[in-house]
Amino acid sequence: MNPPSGVGPLVLLVDDYADNRDMYARYLTFAGYRVDEATNGQEALDKAGQIHPDLIVMDLSLPVMDGWEATRRLKANPQTRRIPVLALTGHALGDHEREASEAGCDGYVTKPCLPEDLAARINVMLAGTPSKSRPRGRRGSRG
Amino acid sequence: MSRALSAVPARNGRGSSGPPAEAKLALVEFLLGSEDPRACTGRALEWLGVHAGVKQAICAQVDSAAERLVAAAGFGVPASRIEQFSVHLEARDHPLVKALTAAHPVALTVSDEPTLHSLQLRGPAAAVAFHGLEGEEREPAGLLLASPATPETARVLEWLAELLGHRLVRLLWYRQLARDRTLLYGIVNAVPDPVMLTDSEGRLVVANSRAESLFASRAEQSEGRRRAVTLNNMLFSAALGESALKDAAPDRRELLLVDPVEGSDLLFELLSTLAGDSREGMGIVSVLRNVSDLRRATEEIEANYARQRVAEAAARAERDRLDLIIDSVADPIVVTDPAGNIQMMNAPADRLFTEAPGTSADELQRVRANDANFTSFVANVFFGLSDLRYRGSINLVDVKTGAPVPVEAVSGQILNEQHGELSAVVTILHDRTEALERERLYEQLKRASGELERKVREATAELVRHNELLRRQAIQLEQASSLKSQFLANMSHEFRTPLNAILGYTSMLLKGVLGPLHGEQGEGLARVDSNARHLLGIINDILDISRIEAGRMPLRLSEFPLPELVGEVLAEVEPIVVQSSVHIEASVDRRLPPVQSDRQKVKQIILNLLTNAVKFTPRGAVTLSARYDPRAREVAVSVSDTGIGIAAEDQARIFEDFQQADSSPTRTHGGAGLGLSICRRLATMLGGKIQLESAPGVGSTFTLVLPRRRGRR
Repeated sequence: MNPPSGVGPLVLLVDDYADNRDMYARYLTFAGYRVDEATNGQEALDKAGQIHPDLIVMDLSLPVMDGWEATRRLKANPQTRRIPVLALTGHALGDHEREASEAGCDGYVTKPCLPEDLAARINVMLAGTPSKSRPRGRRGSRG
Repeated sequence: MSRALSAVPARNGRGSSGPPAEAKLALVEFLLGSEDPRACTGRALEWLGVHAGVKQAICAQVDSAAERLVAAAGFGVPASRIEQFSVHLEARDHPLVKALTAAHPVALTVSDEPTLHSLQLRGPAAAVAFHGLEGEEREPAGLLLASPATPETARVLEWLAELLGHRLVRLLWYRQLARDRTLLYGIVNAVPDPVMLTDSEGRLVVANSRAESLFASRAEQSEGRRRAVTLNNMLFSAALGESALKDAAPDRRELLLVDPVEGSDLLFELLSTLAGDSREGMGIVSVLRNVSDLRRATEEIEANYARQRVAEAAARAERDRLDLIIDSVADPIVVTDPAGNIQMMNAPADRLFTEAPGTSADELQRVRANDANFTSFVANVFFGLSDLRYRGSINLVDVKTGAPVPVEAVSGQILNEQHGELSAVVTILHDRTEALERERLYEQLKRASGELERKVREATAELVRHNELLRRQAIQLEQASSLKSQFLANMSHEFRTPLNAILGYTSMLLKGVLGPLHGEQGEGLARVDSNARHLLGIINDILDISRIEAGRMPLRLSEFPLPELVGEVLAEVEPIVVQSSVHIEASVDRRLPPVQSDRQKVKQIILNLLTNAVKFTPRGAVTLSARYDPRAREVAVSVSDTGIGIAAEDQARIFEDFQQADSSPTRTHGGAGLGLSICRRLATMLGGKIQLESAPGVGSTFTLVLPRRRGRR
């Protein structure tokens, strides 16, 4: 994936499953977002520090460093604590949602989640936060 | 050395120059008048000094008992010397002993003999022996010694010896006689029996004090006593008169007298003997022996003897009776003496311990073995003297058959009544064969009972083990089930991740995000999308079951109106209803009270029941109705169809996981078969249940029954 460019809100997609990452990235790009990707928690932390995304979509089950831990660190860091984190998990058992909330996640969606549904959710979250920009993707432009 | 003194021929008294006749006469008068021998000798020696010119004089006497010549008196000699002087008569060479036996006066010189020297005689002395009674053998009785020794002295000595010797011996003899008499009286009086001497006339001559009390009375004594004495004398005289005494043969007879003091009868044995000699006339010595006690004793002995005879007879009868009893006792009884010998036994004991005539060698051996065993047992009884009873067991054998006869033996000691010594041991033997058999059976029973108990215990333990195993298995099953649920949850995640990509890409393709579609691509993609969604449904069902089983299905309780919920369900079912040949009739009472439960789950159940009804009803009507039972406070939501129905035998099965009534591979209806299973589980979670009424070919009615308020668990 190319480094983010353009003017739409910058979303950092964190997922270790490449096809899902690609699928959401394609749709979000199509929907006017700028997208960057990370494959684990540590990478997400590094990228968040570098690119300062407007929102992070965080899968929770990740290698190296899981999504809960990465979220806790993001929220502990003054430079990244304001970035909204939308947790995305394929796990339906247990209290993933509660744990995600405790770790500092701002939203929670379960897989399977259609790309348009994810985009709608991101849009809602960004509307509630003072944001640099609105997505102006092709879809949005088409109405 | 001594020499014979040449005696001066005696002259007539008138012409003599010796002591004057008046002096001699005075001495003779004194001697005859004195009863005291000592006074006599003393006067005589003194007289020698006064009238015969003697300076020293000694009188020595023979002590026949001591066989010595001892000095009796002295004149002009120290008294101490007199007392010390003594010569043994056996010393025949002694000048004094010689002088004793000489017929004439003997002259002695002082140097002759140390003993004479000890008398401190100052010059030669003359010695004359004197003798006892005339007419007897002239045994020398003593010596008179006088110094100085002159013929005149010798003559005077001779005269004095004759006179003094005679008188002295007589006085001494009187004394002896008196002593002897006193002694005899003493002896006679000391005899406890009355002793008497009577003369030939029957007069009492001598009687000891005991005899006097019987035969002599004094005037001052009582009338009764004097009469008794008189009577005794008459009886005694009569008895003596009857006896014919001859020579020295004593006569023995009984004599009954009266006790003068007590007045009681006294029985005596009278022993009479002739005594005395012919010169003085015969007397009779009588000794009376009191036999009153003896007679009484004899009579008592005879009476005792008679009584003993009677008692013996009684004892014999008793013994016979006891023998009979003992013999009739079935247990052997043996009486043993302290030496261990069998004294007595009854018939049963006889059969064990006696060698009967005609006993075989084997039997003999058995009898001896029995005897040996018994003897060693009884030996223990004698050793264990502390207890009067001794109990033990002996192994005997039946003499006839040789079969073992275990017996219990109880021994009792019989102690001598006077001294408490062991006099016999009585042993009773009790055959324990039967008792042992009973004991053996009892033991067997006890063992069997123990065995049974053990088996029960083992079975119980086995049961406990089994229960424990089951419990563990249950735990393992639970764990396995939990593992399974965990596994399914994980698997569902694994399924959902690629499915997420499939659904996502399909959605983008269908929306033309990835470019325009051509031809039938859209229809194909729509089928992919439909199948992916179906797969997702199955995966969600599996996840639901897993969550319920793992207890991880969260319950979100709220109060909500049921008609509104029913409306939502009808709206969701609408798309498939439209495609089917059924129509839905809803009959919901608007006045239903609100329900407190998990809204989402109630909706899921009703939606599932309704979807099934539409799916399994080829054509016709599906009716949805809801009502409230105020009594049970339950809400019932029923879904009835006019579909294919369910056979009775399949009705329970359809609520199980992955089950459809038609489980054949060729079944016409899709679905994982998890719907009813999930519904049932959810209904249970909500405190309710799902009821089914169905008949094949007619239709089915599924009813969800819920409490109006689901209590918190």
